Amino acid sequence: MKLNRKWINEEFVDLSRVSDKEYVETMTVFGQKVETYERMDAEIRNVVVGKVVSIVPHPNSDHMFICQVDVGQEEPVQIVTGAQNVHEGDLVPTALHNSWLPGGVHITKGKLRGELSNGMLCSFAELGLTQNDLPGAYADGIWILNDEPCTVGQDINQVIGNDDTVVDFEITNNRPDCYSIIGLARESAAAFGQKMRHREPVVKGSEAGDIYDYLDVEVPADHLCNRYSSRMVANVKIGPSPKWLRQRLRANGVRPINNIVDITNYVMLEYGQPMHAFDYRYVSSGKIVVREAREGETLTTLDGNIRNLKPGMLVIADDDKPIGLAGIMGGENSEIVADTSMVVFESANFDGTSIRQTALALGMRTEASGKFEKNLDPLMTIPALQRACELVELLGCGDVLGGTIDVLNHIPEEKRLPLEPDKINKLLGTNIPKEDMIRYLDLLEIPVENDEILVPSFRPDLNLMADIAEEVGRSYGYNEIPITAFKTSTQGGYSPEMKLEAKAGTLCRGLGYSEIITYSFVSPTVFDQIRLSPDSPLRNALRIQNPLGEDTSIMRTIALPSMLEILGRNNAYHNKAAKLYELAKIYLPVEGQPLPEEPRMLVLGTYGANETFFTLKGELEAIFAGLRLKKASYTAEKSNPSYHPGRCARVSIDGVDVGVIGQVHPLAAKNYGIETEVYCAEISFTKLLALQLPDATYSPLPKYPSVTRDLALVCDEAVTVAQAEEVITSAAGKLLREIRLFDIYRGVGVPDGKKSMAFSLILRADDRTLTDSDSETVVTKILSALADKLNASLR
Amino acid sequence: MREQLEQIKQNALAALDAASSPASLEELRVKLLGKKGELTAVLKQMGKLSPEERPVMGQLANAVRASIEQKLEARKADIHAAALEAKLASEAVDVTIPGDNISVGHQHPMNQVLQQIKDIFVGLGYQVVDGPEVELASYNFTRLNIEEGHPSRDRSDTFYFTDDDSVLLRTQTSPMQVRVMENAKPPICILAPGRVFRKDEADATHSPMFHQIEGLVVDERITMGDLKGALITMMRKIYGEDAIMRFRPHHFPFTEPSCEMDMQCHKCHGTGEIDGQVCSTCHGEGWIELLGAGMVHPKVLAGCGIDPEKYSGFAFGMGLERMAMGRMRINDLRLIFDNDVRFLNQF
Repeated sequence: MKLNRKWINEEFVDLSRVSDKEYVETMTVFGQKVETYERMDAEIRNVVVGKVVSIVPHPNSDHMFICQVDVGQEEPVQIVTGAQNVHEGDLVPTALHNSWLPGGVHITKGKLRGELSNGMLCSFAELGLTQNDLPGAYADGIWILNDEPCTVGQDINQVIGNDDTVVDFEITNNRPDCYSIIGLARESAAAFGQKMRHREPVVKGSEAGDIYDYLDVEVPADHLCNRYSSRMVANVKIGPSPKWLRQRLRANGVRPINNIVDITNYVMLEYGQPMHAFDYRYVSSGKIVVREAREGETLTTLDGNIRNLKPGMLVIADDDKPIGLAGIMGGENSEIVADTSMVVFESANFDGTSIRQTALALGMRTEASGKFEKNLDPLMTIPALQRACELVELLGCGDVLGGTIDVLNHIPEEKRLPLEPDKINKLLGTNIPKEDMIRYLDLLEIPVENDEILVPSFRPDLNLMADIAEEVGRSYGYNEIPITAFKTSTQGGYSPEMKLEAKAGTLCRGLGYSEIITYSFVSPTVFDQIRLSPDSPLRNALRIQNPLGEDTSIMRTIALPSMLEILGRNNAYHNKAAKLYELAKIYLPVEGQPLPEEPRMLVLGTYGANETFFTLKGELEAIFAGLRLKKASYTAEKSNPSYHPGRCARVSIDGVDVGVIGQVHPLAAKNYGIETEVYCAEISFTKLLALQLPDATYSPLPKYPSVTRDLALVCDEAVTVAQAEEVITSAAGKLLREIRLFDIYRGVGVPDGKKSMAFSLILRADDRTLTDSDSETVVTKILSALADKLNASLR
Repeated sequence: MREQLEQIKQNALAALDAASSPASLEELRVKLLGKKGELTAVLKQMGKLSPEERPVMGQLANAVRASIEQKLEARKADIHAAALEAKLASEAVDVTIPGDNISVGHQHPMNQVLQQIKDIFVGLGYQVVDGPEVELASYNFTRLNIEEGHPSRDRSDTFYFTDDDSVLLRTQTSPMQVRVMENAKPPICILAPGRVFRKDEADATHSPMFHQIEGLVVDERITMGDLKGALITMMRKIYGEDAIMRFRPHHFPFTEPSCEMDMQCHKCHGTGEIDGQVCSTCHGEGWIELLGAGMVHPKVLAGCGIDPEKYSGFAFGMGLERMAMGRMRINDLRLIFDNDVRFLNQF
């Protein structure tokens, strides 16, 4: 909401002695945040009113003139102009040497065809003005100031009315009253501890007749229209508005059009009440009907666009057609034009949500709809209407008809709240006397009678003690409230899952993995990209009904695609290697429940020169060990379509399936633009929480030495390390403390179709030093079991 | 005999000085001090001496042995030291050769900032909690006093899953206030960071997914002064003890009174300009907006079964991205979700 300070100073409360900086700071900490502020004269500098003392043709040009211009200095200045409308004695805007014009135009002295020119005579366009700002001025040519009240040498900004500051406020949703000059004047006065002036509009009336003889208003859509007030003006003389009115509109960014339209805009700015004016000629049968649009109806709005209307949209109609889109924009068919002679003023109160939704549906948010959507004060329609009629009389642009049509549907009840100083002080942590509270409220025009607050209709946001506490608090000053420290008995901390997450992150980073953060929503095509089967239950994902786009339209049920997308992107950036991890939520719909489960996945992804299945597996095992999990087991997984059929394993801990590890299927990797090997692990982090070992306790260090025995076994290619380990472990008994594979060999000395696996075994007893025969017994048992179960023999 | 001993000593010391390896030293030791050595040979002649001479010669012989042994030890040490020195010299490396390539991963910058903030709050007594991102409209809006028809509920702003707009992607972390309060009795002191979603196209300053940090304190006699104290304390921990803060009235449907907290711009010290130019850090405002906060609305408390006559509380919410971008001078929000390793490796 824009505000020009001069308007407030002149009409409501004189704060002209307050600097701009102090004004905006005070207003901001009072609760009316200033977004920006700007001096209107900032753009035009060193341009003054000049008087053309003499004008002679330029000797070297057939269209230029040399002027001597009196600019209030000792000597006139010489200026060359190409304009044809300047005469001796004219007053003209004169840009002096080293002056600035809107748009950053810098004027300096120079020679034009050999003749010195110490500046420039300006047209109104060069001063950032339009024909609407200056009715009657020449569209092309120099702006002649002879009829303007001005003196030679005067700063042109004063003539234009630029000696003002425009302040742009961020208005919060709960304060519709502040979308008006009066509302902001009230806040300004209170912020500076002053009372604002009020003036009731006075309408003299005329002998031109009565509104009831001409107009009939019906409001069948009473659920969308709280109030509809109307007055009429006859004998209208359309013309430009006076300069003071045009200047105020212009300072607020509103383009002057003609007196009647300007009046409606002026009142909208001043009171915050949008108004509309219809040309009575085009109100068929003199009847205004406020109703919902009918299916298939159209209306050409004032901006020239044809609008297709639907039921639910509120229109202002006459007895057969819409003539306006209620609260948003009028219709072209009833527009005020040069020969309009009779006008209907509308000052109504419409349902905010309905206006907002209609404006949104039609893509035409206007100044008026922006105000209505905040839910305006229904008691404001009449004062605004009166003010418009008063202005008609003041401007002499018509005769106001007697009477007012006022259809009242919903008027808010009068609200009273108790003033509770103790509770207010208890909530704020202050000790403000009751008298001060009453004074603060009085400055905000919130009357208090006998400890009872009479909530004014323009403050629908005041409903309970806490609301009053805010008014008191901001008047007292939020920054004056003493700073205190509360004491509670709570203890801070993290949930077990968060602690485990933090630990997992540290471990991943220690192993060289960097953390990524990816979107929760993905494209439905990711399932095909990772080659999921068409009937995979993971395809059952939550779908956003109104996504930004198809590629962010479903909630991910699997975290692999997000990782692959990031790996693919890094690959595309020519990053030679990447090791990445994410603790990613997935969203799994639950039958019969509105909300999905949101378990977290630990996803590791890597590509680069030295990455293999076993580097990733080793890292995963290190992470598991660091998280104090029971030992994981790995079984070959040939049928996961996202992974290499020969390089993929299910990971389980203590019989619980916790995830998958492997080389991403080359076709899936290719779908993400990666031609090299990519390795990923997807671990259900939420499940890990239950698989942690209990806190460690000390076991005594061995007292007796251990014996190391290495066994190289020859066995069939198909025998896995896990199988061999299992046979060895169960055959060895409790003396075997550790088993570690240290070599796999194929080649000379090992028959085709066979391989050699070398294990290192550590044997130890707790109660004695093992003898050679002890270890020999164990090895014999192992070898016999290996021969028996795996057809494996010592190499 | 005296001359003999003296001679032995002189010769021995000279020979030991000349020896240059552990082997030659050992050879000398046997030759001089061994059972068949020179000194032993001389001592064998002791019997021939008079009883008066014997102790004198014995003493002298022992002194000679002692000085030879001493010299021998000293030479041994010298030679070992020289050998070690030579070995070390031969083992010298070019220390400017890079170390083995062991890289440590990087925490995402946003989570680094989040971790710092969480740690600060935990130290102040806050329990960190997590909650659902797919949320019911009743928690995200209705029970936070955001009525039907409120603009933030529009489908142009909020992502929905159901025709009746009852299930959505949470647009703020504030529903966690309701979730915590309906399940716990005061005193309540929690921090709820998490993802939130709004229908904004991704650009340098917008993202359809971003992060907020919500805080909530409810107990008997909690005041706005307490709110100020708590927020100033933690923001000074984040931004430094000399940070200057201010509070401004604002509006949130679920707090009353409501406020926003600003920090005076550390670049221009609140003047809004540097060397006559508009300050680029605060865009000339002199202040940087940090967070929104307020006293929990009585309706919200009552809706969670907490008596607003007995209890009061404050809540606050801040945007993580903005804070991280400010602190780490990241100028484009898209970098955060792009996850380019060249970006991640900088933090």
